[in-house]
Amino acid sequence: MRDVMPRWADVVLIPLISLVLAFLLSAVVIVAIGEDPLAAVRMMVTGALGSTYAWGYTLYYATNFIFTGLAVAVAFHARLFNIGGEGQATLGGLGVALVCLALPWPHWVLALPAAVLAAALFGAAWAAIPAWLQAKRGSHIVITTIMFNFIGAAVLNYMLVNVMRPQGSMDPATERFPPGTHLPTLHDLLALVGIPFSKAAPANIAFLIALAACLLVWLLIWRTRLGYEIRAYGHSEPAAIYAGIRPVRVVMLTMLVSGALAGLMAVNTVMGEAERLVLNSVEGAGFIGIAVALMGRSHPFGVLLAAILFGFLYQGGAELALWTDIPRELIVVIQALVILFTGALDNMVRMPLERLFLALRKRRT
Amino acid sequence: MMDFATILQVLDSTVRLAAPLLLACLAGLFSERAGIFDIGLEGKMLMAAFFSAATAAVTGSVWLGLAAGIAASMVLAGVHGLASITFRGNQLISGVAINFLAAGLTVVIAQDWFAQGGRTPSLLGGARFEAITLPLADTVRPVPILGPIYHDLISGHTIPVYFAFSMVPLTWWLLYRTRFGLRLRAVGESPEALDTAGVSVVATRYAAVAICGVLCGIAGAYLATALQAGFTKDMTAGRGYIALAALIFAKWRSWHALWATLLFGLLQAIALRYQNLQIGGVPLPVQLMDALPYILTVVILAGFVGRAIPPRAGGEPYVKER
Amino acid sequence: MAGAEAPAAGRHPDAAPAIELRGISKAFGTVQANRDISLRVMPGTIHGIVGENGAGKSTLMSILYGFYKADAGEILVGGRRVTIPDSQAAIRAGIGMVFQHFKLVEPFTVLENVILGVEEGRLLKPALARARDTLQRLARDYELNVDPDARIEDLGVGMRQRVELLKALYRQADILILDEPTGVLTPTEADHLFRILKNLKSEGKTIILITHKLREIMAITDTVSVMRRGEMTATLETARTSPEQLAELMVGRKVLLRLDKKPATPDQTILEIENLRVTDDDGVERLKGVSLSVRAGEILGIAGVAGNGQSQLLEVLGGITPATGNVRVKGAEIDLTGRHSDGRSRRARGIAHVPEDRQREGLIMDFFAWENLVFGYHHDPACQRNRALMDNAAIRARAAEQMARFDVRPPDPDLAARNFSGGNQQKIVLAREIERNPDLLLVGQPTRGVDIGAIEFIHQRILDLRDAGSAVLLVSVELEEILSLSDRIAVMFDGRLMGERRPDQTDETELGLMMTGMRTEVA
Repeated sequence: MRDVMPRWADVVLIPLISLVLAFLLSAVVIVAIGEDPLAAVRMMVTGALGSTYAWGYTLYYATNFIFTGLAVAVAFHARLFNIGGEGQATLGGLGVALVCLALPWPHWVLALPAAVLAAALFGAAWAAIPAWLQAKRGSHIVITTIMFNFIGAAVLNYMLVNVMRPQGSMDPATERFPPGTHLPTLHDLLALVGIPFSKAAPANIAFLIALAACLLVWLLIWRTRLGYEIRAYGHSEPAAIYAGIRPVRVVMLTMLVSGALAGLMAVNTVMGEAERLVLNSVEGAGFIGIAVALMGRSHPFGVLLAAILFGFLYQGGAELALWTDIPRELIVVIQALVILFTGALDNMVRMPLERLFLALRKRRT
Repeated sequence: MMDFATILQVLDSTVRLAAPLLLACLAGLFSERAGIFDIGLEGKMLMAAFFSAATAAVTGSVWLGLAAGIAASMVLAGVHGLASITFRGNQLISGVAINFLAAGLTVVIAQDWFAQGGRTPSLLGGARFEAITLPLADTVRPVPILGPIYHDLISGHTIPVYFAFSMVPLTWWLLYRTRFGLRLRAVGESPEALDTAGVSVVATRYAAVAICGVLCGIAGAYLATALQAGFTKDMTAGRGYIALAALIFAKWRSWHALWATLLFGLLQAIALRYQNLQIGGVPLPVQLMDALPYILTVVILAGFVGRAIPPRAGGEPYVKER
Repeated sequence: MAGAEAPAAGRHPDAAPAIELRGISKAFGTVQANRDISLRVMPGTIHGIVGENGAGKSTLMSILYGFYKADAGEILVGGRRVTIPDSQAAIRAGIGMVFQHFKLVEPFTVLENVILGVEEGRLLKPALARARDTLQRLARDYELNVDPDARIEDLGVGMRQRVELLKALYRQADILILDEPTGVLTPTEADHLFRILKNLKSEGKTIILITHKLREIMAITDTVSVMRRGEMTATLETARTSPEQLAELMVGRKVLLRLDKKPATPDQTILEIENLRVTDDDGVERLKGVSLSVRAGEILGIAGVAGNGQSQLLEVLGGITPATGNVRVKGAEIDLTGRHSDGRSRRARGIAHVPEDRQREGLIMDFFAWENLVFGYHHDPACQRNRALMDNAAIRARAAEQMARFDVRPPDPDLAARNFSGGNQQKIVLAREIERNPDLLLVGQPTRGVDIGAIEFIHQRILDLRDAGSAVLLVSVELEEILSLSDRIAVMFDGRLMGERRPDQTDETELGLMMTGMRTEVA
C-alpha cells in the first residue's frame, strides 16, 4: 500500500497519542487506588524537574535508559528482539567491578576507558551466546535472552556470595572501589563552566558517554555499510542473502553491539553511583529499554527523548513512593502501558489516523 | 544412593511443581497452535495468582478465588487478543507488556488493598485447595512398592493437579477429533485457508486465546492457593517462561508437553530438596541448581535434542487487505 | 451433491444472469483498484476476464467471493440481490473460488482440507466419512482423482489445484471463479483442466476464468471482459473478437507482439556449467546434473514450468544456494559451497542477478529508491566517503541519473520502493544490475507482474546489454518471452535439461512437449 500519512504523523503524532493514552490509563490506576493523579503529577514534576538535585537524578536514570534503549533499538533494526538487556547490563556490572578492583587506579581518566571497555565486552559476551544460537541454530532469541537474564542473575549471585564478597562481610556485595575510580559528577563538570549544580545528585560523566553513544549509533545505522546491512537484513532476510549479506555475521555483530550498549549502563550505575557492585544493580533498566526503544521508534534521537521521559517517571515515581502510598511498582505499570500502546497497539492509533488522512487527502483533490 | 521413600518424595514434589508448568504449557499450546505467540503466560499466571489469593483471603472460598483468578487472567488474554488479533500488533511486544503490567499491577493493588508490602494475607482452611485422598489409598498402602506409589505419589494432590493431568488427553482429543480442533490447527498453519473456507479467523483465534487465559488462570490460582498459601510479589518466578520452553521442547504437542513439564518439575524438585548437591565429590553451588532449568532450556532451544518446527503462521498477524 | 441437480435450463437467453455486478468500486489506501464496474455473466457459460497485472481482476473476484469488501456497488446472484460480507456468504450463494495462490492447509490431508468450514457437526469422524464418499463420486464424474489421505505438502501443484476445485464442488458451488489457473500448470495439465471446465459447463455450472493468456480466452470462453486500470473497458462475445483486439483493449493502444532484434554475434564463452547438482533442505534433488554454456553476446533462454529447477539454477549462480559440480566464469572456477559462494563474491566476478521475485529478494520494499539502487553493491568503492562511512549524497545523485536513464516513474530517489508500480520496481532492479556492465546477467521472470508498456522497455534493455557483449541467462515461464528474446532455448524439466533449440527452428508446441518431460533430442 502506498503511504497515506505524512512522515511527521508517523514519527511524532502516533507515539504522542499512544503516550497520552498510556498516561490516561495510568491516571485511572492512580484514581483507583484512591490517590489524586493531578497531585501525583505535580509531585512528580517537582521531584524530578524542580531542582538541579531532581534533574541530577532524572538524568542519572535517563543515562541508564539511553544505553538500554539504544541496545534494544539497534537489535530492532535487524528485527531481533533483545529482551536480554537486563542480563547483559548485569554482566557489564561484573566487568566494571572486576576492572575497578583489579588495580589501585590512580585517576579516573585511566580507569574510565578500562571500565567502559570491560562493561562493553562483558555485555557483548552475554549477548553473544544467544546471538550465535539464533544465527547458527535458529533458537528463538527472545526466549534465549530471557533465559540468559535468569542465568546472569545466578552468575552474579554466585560471584558476589562466593567470590567477590570481602571476608567477614555478610552483605552480598563487593568492597568499595578505590578512590581513583571515582567519576566526575555533573556538579564537577558543570562547575568547570561556572554553572551551579547539585552536589548530591548521582548524574555523572556517563551521561556524556550516553550522548556520544546516541550519535555513534546514529552513524552506525544510517551512515555505515554495516548499518545498511543491518537494516536490509531486518527488512528482508531473503533479500539480504540475495545481496550477499551474511545473516550470521549481521546477527552476531548486531547483538554484540546491542549487548555492549546494555553493558555500558554499568559504568553509570556501578562505577558512577554505587562505587561497588551489589545484587540487582540493574533494577529493571534493561526492560525499560524496550519501552524506550519502542517509544523512540528505534531512532537514537527518539531514544534520547524517551529515556529522559522515563528518567523523569522513574525519579518522579521514587518521590511518589517516598511521600505517598503509591508504591514504586506504579512505574512498572506505566512502563507496561507505554510498551502496550506504542508497541503492540500501534495500529489502534494508526488505523483511524490513516483513515483520517486519507479522507483529508480525498477532500483536497 | 537415595532410598525408595526419598525417591517417592522427590517425585511427589515433581508432580506438584509440574502441574502449573503443565497448565501454562497447554495454555501456550492452544494459543500458539492457533498462530498467536504468547510470552505473556508469566503475566497471566501472576495476575491470576494475585486475584485468586486476594479473593480467597477476603471471601474465605478457594472456589471464588479460582473464579477471580481465571477472570483476571482472561482480561489479560483479552488484551493480548486485542493487540495481536484485532489490531495486528507485534505479539512478542504485547506479551512483554502483559508481563510488566501484571508485575506492576499486582503489587500496586496488593499494597492498596492489604498494605502488607505487596503480598496478600496468608490463606487458611477453605481458602486453599486441600489435598484429596483417592479411593482405597489407605487400604492399598501396605502393598509393597505399588501401595506407596498409589498412596504417596498418585493420591494426595489437590484438584488443580488432577485437572492439569487430565487436560493432556482432553487437549489431544479436542485438537485432533473435533471441528474446533481442526479449525484451530488450520488457523495456526494457514489463516487464509480458514478464511476462504468461510470460517472467521478472528473468532477462532480469540477462542484459542480465551482457552489460554482460562488455563493460565487455573495455573496461577494453583500457585497461590494450593502450592503456597497466599500471593507474594513475583511469585511465578519465571514459570511462564519455563512453560514456554517446555512447549518448544514438546514441539507443540500435548503428550510431549506432559513429559517436558514433568522433566522441568523434576529439576525444580531436585533443586528444592538438595540445596548443596555433590556430583562426584564436586559441590554444585545452589545458584547453579537455580539456574539449571534455564540452562537446560537454552540447551534444548539450541536444538541439541532435535529441531522444533512451530506452526507456520505463528507470530504473524493475519492481514487480508494489502 | 454437486453438479447433478444443477439446472440445465440456465442457458436460456431470457434467464437471469448467474452473476451480475453493478457499480462495484474498491480502493486500497490511495489506490483505486476497481472503479464503477458492472458485469453480467449468463448461467452455463464460461466467461473470461483479461487485463494487465494490476488492472483489478483479482480484486474484483475477491470482492465477489467476500474476501474483500467493496466500497460501493451491488451484487446479484441468479437475479437476487445479495450481500457478501465474508466467504461464508459467498459459499452460501453458491460461489466457489480457486485462488491463484492456493488456500490450503499444507500439513492437513486432502479430506481435512475439503471439510474445513463445512464439517456439519462438532466431531470430525462423520464429516470425514461423508467427504470420502462425495470425493469418490466427484472423481468419477469430473476426472478429479486425488488420494483423499495424502497430505497437501506432498502433492504437486496440479494436484493441489484439483483439491481446490474439489473444495468448491463439495460446497455445491454453481459459480466457479478461477484466478490464473494455468500459471503453474504444464500444457498437458492445463488441457486436462480445460476438459474438466467444459465438463462442468455442460452440467450447467457458470465459470469465470481470470487470465492474462489470450490464447486460453480464445480457446475456452463464450464471452470475455477486458479490464484496464481498475475499469471494465469492454465485454465481448469471444467468437467475434481477436487476440489483437483484446490486447489493444487491455493496453489502450496498439501493441507490438513481436520484438525487433538483430541476430546475435556470440563471442568467447563466458559461463560454463558442468554437472550441477542441488539438494534442498528437505533432501529433494532439485538440479540433477545440469551442464550448459553461454557466450558473450548471446541470450540463453531456459524454458520450463515453474518448479522444475530453474529457480535453483539462478540461485546457485547468484550465490544464494550451495551446489556441487563445476561452474566457470571466463574460464575461472567459481566457489559453490565455501566462503566465496555468496552474492557479494559473485558480483565481484562480474555476475549480475535480476531475481525472479523482486519484492522478496531484489528490493528492500521499505528502503528508498536510492538505497535500493546500490543494494548488493554497497561495498563498491564509489559508494564510500571514507573507510568508515558511506557517501549517501553521491549514491543519491547517481541514483537520480540512473532513474532518469531507465525511465523510472516517478523519478524520485527519495520514494520508498513499495510506492512504485511493479514495472517501475523492476526498472529499478534492472538499472542497478545492468548499469554496471556485467560479464554475465542472470534474469529471472523479467516481466512478471509488469505492465505491457514496460515490458517492451525491459526487453529492449536486455537486448542492448547482449549487443554490448554481455552473456545473458534468461529464465522465464512465459514461452512467448523466451521465444522472442533468446538466441538459444534450453528446456528444463525435473532438474534436467531436456534439449536445446533455436527459436526460429521450434514453436510453442514442441517446447511445450519438452516441458512435460518428453525428450526429443539430447543437447
